[in-house]
Amino acid sequence: MAGALQDWRQHKRPFAAIVSAPIFWLVLFFLVPMGIVWLYSFGQNVGPAAIEITGTLDNYKRATEWLYLSIFLKSLAVAALVTFICLIVGFPVAMAITFATEKWRPWLLLAIMLPFWTNLLIRTYALMMLMGQNGYANKGLGAMWDGASWLRTLVGLQPLEAWTPVQLLYNNFAVVLGLVYVHLPFMVLPLYSALDRLDKSLIEASLDLGAGHFRTLMKIVVPLAGSGIAAGVMITLIPALGAYLTPDLMGGTDSQMIANVIERQFKRANDWPFGAALSFLLIYAMFALVALQSLRGSRAKVGAH
Amino acid sequence: MALFGRQPIAPLEYTRKLWMRSWVGATLLFLYAPLILLMVFSFNDSKRNVVWKGFTLKYYEKAFANESLVEAMVNSLTIALLATVFSVILGALAGVMLWRFRFPMKSAVEGVMSLPIIVPEICLGVAMLIFFARMDWPTGLPWPLNLSAITIAHITFCFPFVAMVVRSRMASFNREQEEAAKDLGASEWQTFRDILLPHMKPGLIAGALLAFTLSLDDFVITFFTSGPDTITFPVKVYSMVRFSVTPEVNAASTILIILTIVLTAVALKLQGVKGIAETH
Repeated sequence: MAGALQDWRQHKRPFAAIVSAPIFWLVLFFLVPMGIVWLYSFGQNVGPAAIEITGTLDNYKRATEWLYLSIFLKSLAVAALVTFICLIVGFPVAMAITFATEKWRPWLLLAIMLPFWTNLLIRTYALMMLMGQNGYANKGLGAMWDGASWLRTLVGLQPLEAWTPVQLLYNNFAVVLGLVYVHLPFMVLPLYSALDRLDKSLIEASLDLGAGHFRTLMKIVVPLAGSGIAAGVMITLIPALGAYLTPDLMGGTDSQMIANVIERQFKRANDWPFGAALSFLLIYAMFALVALQSLRGSRAKVGAH
Repeated sequence: MALFGRQPIAPLEYTRKLWMRSWVGATLLFLYAPLILLMVFSFNDSKRNVVWKGFTLKYYEKAFANESLVEAMVNSLTIALLATVFSVILGALAGVMLWRFRFPMKSAVEGVMSLPIIVPEICLGVAMLIFFARMDWPTGLPWPLNLSAITIAHITFCFPFVAMVVRSRMASFNREQEEAAKDLGASEWQTFRDILLPHMKPGLIAGALLAFTLSLDDFVITFFTSGPDTITFPVKVYSMVRFSVTPEVNAASTILIILTIVLTAVALKLQGVKGIAETH
């Protein structure tokens, strides 16, 4: 077999030459920093710049107080909502790309990927500009309002009162919209790669046998693309849960997410051990999600046999 | 025009259905309208930036005359370039390691290698902040050495991506080529250089582009590792957006968007539109 793996013992010298640099880097600049954070989460402040690792669990106890727990749960709810909206918006787009003609498909994919490559901060800023008090989103809504008002006068009703610009930014709505805007490409790409692998004759068979498009979608396409949907959900949910920039720039005082709380411990509040504990709780939450996903994956594999 | 053909729509031609087209159109509008508006308004001759007042290039002049903005841009590009070079080397080695060898605790190594991708940016940023503080990493070094902390942090989260791309590229490599080379007397190094490397090349290019954009894009991790004299472009734009929205930000952003488009065009030229689609 061409793809057989080589045993490292038979090729010690090339193995050492290849392995040492990446492993060294990973240990020194990833595992060691992570380990230090982990240790800090069991420490406490003993002076303005001194932290002693005492093995205390106080930081974790404080992190599970309702104040922080509620922010945690809220972040999870926001991330779940964002993922759900991305799935609803992204699924038809992924379908359209899958069934597009050979000529159009790569260009549509590119159109989805280009925003994904554009700087996150710039995209957030662009959206903020659009949604500002005098931005075009407000103007568009104003125009619709005026149209509705005109329609009312047409049928003899009182016209609506004059349009007052609404506050679109600096609230929870803005955070959800901003996160959807940023994460939509994350969802579409894995969905597309799952749908692309799908055997299209199954869809044809279902349609031929009299099932409608919607029924075919629910009974054939969604189950077969299940793993891709799960991957898309994960790829969207995980970064959305840890989002910092969008809630920071677009959110109001009540829309901070867990990442904003962590950041505050390291900058303004200057409580590093507590911030470290919160960071590790977020990492554990991420692990739980990934574990859930792989459990689902292995069960699906068992079911297929 | 195939797009507006009059043939009846076949059952699977979802793309030709009107609601599907409008859905895709609306999504693309949602994705692009803010960016296009931002670029258009960077030429707007108005400080408040809400109504179109006429064409001007003065905010570009201002952006280029703004020394700290230019410095941030130079820093960002330097970091991205350095991080790309190191990430490609480390990522290629890691990719080959995972693709080629069987060794004890391989799945653990694989898991750890994917961690920098999964761990939330904020946690990695925090870890880097504590690490460099704890190490007493020297600050105030002359440029470009003062960028070393940020560059190291960037390499850490970029190279696992390169490793993934390279590994999946190597899966299509035919081992017999390597054996043939060795039978014909090539040394281990010669085989690597003349047989493996050419096959790996598209993966390396894709990985390099990925690393470059990831590094240029990063705000959160940089925010935690940068000091007062090591500002990068996203950090600078962040403080500008935070404290005063000026058309200068639009101009600077437009320049970066154009840079992204140019990079994409380069990738297109090198790999073709299909190649790009496949690497993601």
